Amino acid sequence: MSTRTKKTTQPSFPACYKVSSKPHKFCPGCGHPVALHELGVVIDTLKIQDSTAFLIDIGCSLLAWDFFDVDTSQTHHGRTIPVATGFKRANPTSTVIAYLGDGGGYAIGMQHLVHAALRNENITVIIINNLNYGMTGGQMAPTTIEDQPPTTTAPFSRFEDIYGHAIKGPEMLRTIATDGAYLARTSTDNPVHVRMTLQKALIHQKQNNGLSFVEVLSYCPNNWKTNAKETLTWLQKFKTEYPIFEEIIGQNKTGDETKQ
Amino acid sequence: MPKPRKNSQKRQGTRDFIQGNAIVANAALAAGATHFFGYPITPSTEIFENWVRIVGDPHNPARSPITKEPLHYLQCEDEMASGFAMIGACMAGKKTFTATAGPGNILMQDAFSAAEALRIPTVAVIMQRGGLSTSTVIYSQEEVTLTTFGGNGEGFRIVYSPSGLQELYNYVIKAFNSAWAYRYPTFVLADGYQGKMEGEVVCSPMKKSEYIESEPILLGKSRKKGKSTNLRNCYDQEEEINAVIEEYKADFARDSKKIAESESYRTRDAHTVIIAHGIVGTAAKVAVDTLRANSAKVGLWRPITLRPLDTSSLTQIVRIAKKIIFIESALGQMARIVNDEIMNIYSIKSVTHPTSQKVANFFKPAIGITPQEITDFVLKNT
Repeated sequence: MSTRTKKTTQPSFPACYKVSSKPHKFCPGCGHPVALHELGVVIDTLKIQDSTAFLIDIGCSLLAWDFFDVDTSQTHHGRTIPVATGFKRANPTSTVIAYLGDGGGYAIGMQHLVHAALRNENITVIIINNLNYGMTGGQMAPTTIEDQPPTTTAPFSRFEDIYGHAIKGPEMLRTIATDGAYLARTSTDNPVHVRMTLQKALIHQKQNNGLSFVEVLSYCPNNWKTNAKETLTWLQKFKTEYPIFEEIIGQNKTGDETKQ
Repeated sequence: MPKPRKNSQKRQGTRDFIQGNAIVANAALAAGATHFFGYPITPSTEIFENWVRIVGDPHNPARSPITKEPLHYLQCEDEMASGFAMIGACMAGKKTFTATAGPGNILMQDAFSAAEALRIPTVAVIMQRGGLSTSTVIYSQEEVTLTTFGGNGEGFRIVYSPSGLQELYNYVIKAFNSAWAYRYPTFVLADGYQGKMEGEVVCSPMKKSEYIESEPILLGKSRKKGKSTNLRNCYDQEEEINAVIEEYKADFARDSKKIAESESYRTRDAHTVIIAHGIVGTAAKVAVDTLRANSAKVGLWRPITLRPLDTSSLTQIVRIAKKIIFIESALGQMARIVNDEIMNIYSIKSVTHPTSQKVANFFKPAIGITPQEITDFVLKNT
């Protein structure tokens, strides 16, 4: 706080930002900082900076290890979700966020996401879906689709006759999640929507309503090898494959009886 | 004299006839553990089952006699989840443990490596079963290498190898205190025989002087002072991780002097020293008594901590022994660790290598070793 009040020319970061770690470590044009900025605004709005454990995974998400002036830890391979599970169960009044990529959440650590949903763990899981493995240099992800910029391990295409179709996280989870769970997909081309979605998710957790899950459709111009215009054009196209999504499980069945 | 005995039992703890795995759960309770995350696997499963019995109804759980907090357990989707959930609960400041064996131990090395990197005081009880891979569910001492040096790290871990049920009880309690005192992942490495056997044990309450309190690693004191804690095990530069490892190395060397434990049994005038650990150490002790009764100058050196080793005690053994016999239910997993340390003793501590010192190995992988077999082997080889 004190560092920002010294000069009026300081950038107006969210108060929970760790200013000393800026500029951040993500590639130019990356979608992570967009999602993280909105998360920072929500942490400020909900005044949860001192009670939040922000747990991050391996891959690009790990670059957020000191992004916030918030207590953090980093593990790998989707195990961030069980770390969040253990932390929340041992400190139920805290706000626990598991922040990971589509590889950790949907491939190598998929079982943790599935079982966290089955148990309706009262944590918030945020998965950044940029349709490829970013940190390792643009390989095929479980979210890679047939028509997209090429990946290095499926350079011709993700042939569905070889790899099957891409995974859709919220749509999959809605078939197994417990009543009351909050599932959503938002997109980094609409930061206000990202903010509103993350805010709903964290309020959901604060109200002890069980799992809140947000997939953030994002972009990766470095590995997509796209300029700004192409990046946004691709993202618009991907939104037909990964549409904006929001559902509180059981709400429709029971006539809006969720605890919101 | 029933009355005085009752009083003395009350003071010293209850004397029970109880299964090894149940002893572990009782000891964890006595040590102030509150959380367990696990996945069933033979021969360790009854640890989980007995903890569940202690906790009772999860909606109205029993409380820790030490911290008065409600007890907790969760059956996870696999061993990785169990290990990492344990890490999460430890980060929240709770004494947390798990139990596993064999292929489960392999999967859990994922979490143990992370705990080693982040200095998280996890406690894991390993009931060794036969290798290779799934192999048998019964017994072995073949998870020594995995437990002491598993993972892509340097083995900054504490590994206790109890020898019998009373030690199992005592060292499970100690494991929690050592873990939180020194902040290394800590293991009690027993085996299927010790887990499944029943015997008489005095379940004494923990001494207050031994108790090390746990505290939150995240959302703890620093947070209250407005300072964030940012843990990570991923670094940008080789020099960064090198500096971390060097720091851990220095810490581990310093702490090892306080952690390391061993038992030297009738070694003072021994010409032949048996080196064995765990339940084989129990058999070796019986064999030593038998051999001594036949005037053979035989002793036993038993590492209680396989990691770190009790170097100063081992140095004494190296000085006096004319013959060292390694005995274990594995193809030399303990012997490799001890031999490595003996080479250090020769090279660093300037102990002259006695050229006449002989070494023999009695290895029976995945099979128990009886006192009679040890007696016969020693007589044949001395």
